[in-house]
Amino acid sequence: MSEVKLIKVTVDGKEIEVPLGATALQAAELAGAEIPRFCYHERLSIAGNCRMCLVEVEKAPKPVASCAFPVMDGMKIITDSPTVRNARRGVMEFLLINHPLDCPICDQGGECDLQDQAMAYGGDSSRYHENKRSVTDKYLGPLIKTIMTRCIQCTRCVRFATEVAGVPELGAVGRGEAMEITTYVEKALSSELSGNLIDICPVGALTSRPYAFMTRPWELAKTDSIDVLDAMGTNIRVDARGPDVLRILPRVHEEVNEEWMADRGRFSFDALKKRRLDRPWIRESGKLRAASWPEAFGAIAAKLKGLPGERIGAVAGGLADAESIVALKDLMGSLGSPNLDCREDGAALDGSNRAFYLFNSGITGIDVADAVIIIGSNPRLEAPVLNSRIRRKVMNNRMPVAVIGPRADLTYPVQYLGEGPAAITEVLGGAFGEVLRNAKRPMIILGRGALARPDGAAVLAAAWSLAGSLNAVREDWNGFNLLHTQGGQVAALDLGFLPGQGGKDLGAMLGGGVDALWLLGADAFDPALIAPGTFVIYQGHHGDRMASRADIILPGATYLEKDGTYVSTEGRVQRGRRGVFPPGEAREDWRIIRAASELLGHPLPYDDLFAVRSRLVGANPVFERIDELAPPAAVSATPAGDAGAVGSEPFVPFITNYYQADVMGRASDVMAECARTHAPTPAMAAE
Amino acid sequence: MATLDRIARSLLLTEIISGMGLTLRAFFKPKATINYPSERSPLSPRFRGEHALRRYPNGEERCIACKLCEAVCPAVCITIEAEPREDASRRTTRYDLDMTKCIYCGLCEEACPVDAIVLGPNLEFATETREELLYNKEKLLDNGDRWEPVLAARLKADAPFR
Repeated sequence: MSEVKLIKVTVDGKEIEVPLGATALQAAELAGAEIPRFCYHERLSIAGNCRMCLVEVEKAPKPVASCAFPVMDGMKIITDSPTVRNARRGVMEFLLINHPLDCPICDQGGECDLQDQAMAYGGDSSRYHENKRSVTDKYLGPLIKTIMTRCIQCTRCVRFATEVAGVPELGAVGRGEAMEITTYVEKALSSELSGNLIDICPVGALTSRPYAFMTRPWELAKTDSIDVLDAMGTNIRVDARGPDVLRILPRVHEEVNEEWMADRGRFSFDALKKRRLDRPWIRESGKLRAASWPEAFGAIAAKLKGLPGERIGAVAGGLADAESIVALKDLMGSLGSPNLDCREDGAALDGSNRAFYLFNSGITGIDVADAVIIIGSNPRLEAPVLNSRIRRKVMNNRMPVAVIGPRADLTYPVQYLGEGPAAITEVLGGAFGEVLRNAKRPMIILGRGALARPDGAAVLAAAWSLAGSLNAVREDWNGFNLLHTQGGQVAALDLGFLPGQGGKDLGAMLGGGVDALWLLGADAFDPALIAPGTFVIYQGHHGDRMASRADIILPGATYLEKDGTYVSTEGRVQRGRRGVFPPGEAREDWRIIRAASELLGHPLPYDDLFAVRSRLVGANPVFERIDELAPPAAVSATPAGDAGAVGSEPFVPFITNYYQADVMGRASDVMAECARTHAPTPAMAAE
Repeated sequence: MATLDRIARSLLLTEIISGMGLTLRAFFKPKATINYPSERSPLSPRFRGEHALRRYPNGEERCIACKLCEAVCPAVCITIEAEPREDASRRTTRYDLDMTKCIYCGLCEEACPVDAIVLGPNLEFATETREELLYNKEKLLDNGDRWEPVLAARLKADAPFR
């Protein structure tokens, strides 16, 4: 980073220092002066077309648009003078000429920039009596509702789609009053970040379709939480009214999601009301029947008490919270079972060193990396927000990116080096090997899918040895990155939810290695793989495929319905708060396990959330450092696999159906609609 | 002396006579009371009585579920739920008004951008049970239909002063 030169400017008589190249608007913000704006957005390019941010600059003949006006040394900016106020009032009057003023039926009402700024900076009455224009609404897919008459042509959406989402499908046609924002051809926006358009639209032109007319922002109870539907650890705000979650919005976290959020996390919450397990079920003579909690626990105790520890197994799913994982691990420990596994997709993750399963460089590492090789991963589908960060780096700095794996549109140019793991060892010999070797901070992104195959351990070892030969793992930089796909995975690895001494792994457990299997929300594998005769306890929140195989169903809570600790793919420990209560008889998962432990005769030594969290810290000290990353460190160990044993099978896409990639997405109607909309269209038969 | 004066006045019954005089004068004046319910006192067009939800002349309900009345209500007696109707317009699926909580301040009427919720002239809606005072949308629309001519006339009469 080069030294930033600071210059002095005066804002409203207050002298401040700002970096050279800042705009007048940024200088004014630094000085604490509020500047109204519509088109300007910190994370998008500058358009300067709304003209709302007019300020006076000394010696300038006219008010200037501060968002696009670079500061110069000694410049004097006046943000509040009769001229400025008059200019803003004039601009506001022009903006409102063609705005329909239908705030009472607009979903943006109450949180609308135009509404707020018209109150603060606009005039008190309209002088416009002519006809207003009206614009046909556009179709942007099942997530975004458009009322284009409300559009003020700030072009934030166009810039977002082009710059951040990387799908240049939005644009403007026409000039002046005839200008319209459109997709040119009627087609759903093909982005996994499309929900962010709703947030950045300063008026009610782009609103959320599932949220249409539901409520008003002032009626909502807002809870801060963490999204676990991808492994980014996106910070979210859950907006609920009474027992219903009505929308999910991202919170700003500069080091994680900035202010963006992926569509599945944002829109799949309608699954909270669909196909829920809201009471315990017991299978009796082949049929599930509704039961009470004591009955269910009684049935579990009757079964498990007669079994030796090594015939009992537990699998933790990808959406589980750290509290329930540690509770289940402790319960299995007290039952004498070493059969634990959290790799429900069978990925050959190595839990022996934290560096083997983390996105070690951190998400901000992308901003300083100078070459990236992606192995067996499609970050666009596995972590859309992370992908947009890579894209930004590629676009701004021409960072070279190579992909080993199936071809996919990642929204930025990439080089394809091969389809299968054999290409990992061949990289260094090729032209891209030179690029990687010359990079100061090379980065390897290894997809979860690359490990969920028979030669997964070898692929992990091969990728690690590639990192080693690039000197990507060193004291000040660790560029070996594993990209997980679900938010509960890293916590399970951190807690060592892996086969213990002599323990069986997932494959052995499913293949008849155990007589009783406790599945904590694990449903990524085919239930038909479970050996017949295995007593399956399914603790989860949705009646997905695994529930139909279960012998006992314990209804748990989703991530929005419990206080949970989650560890993101970069190893960031974060806590989510409960947004709403779980339905019916469903309970928080760690409490279910605690209650079961009582009846199994091995009560767990914690009764409240505080005690569980103390236990978490005892199990692994990383849980003490909330929202902090460990500094990079050199790692001398190597993963257990043999790098030479990689197979020749090409990598296959790990996520094929983005919208229905997890249990929440599969239960959600909105996501089903998205999946239908974005399904690859079959070739049309001749009529 | 004062004692003597008081005794003389009470012996001469002056207070009773002046009181009887007042009664006699009132006897010939016009009556202030009315024969309610056969007779009624006049109501101001701004009188705030029982609520009603109005319709447009074509029968379409006015309320657009903007929830401003719900937001402004100081007694928190209005509950609204909304969703897109089949024709994609914004309408309420539920409009509940708890008349036992309402303080008849009229702020809902002030807040309404489409003159949907109004407080009508009806003040005779006493009920035998509490439940009957928990109005729903159907009841409020029914009120609106029944009182519409009066409501429209009242709004018109008050319009010049708004």
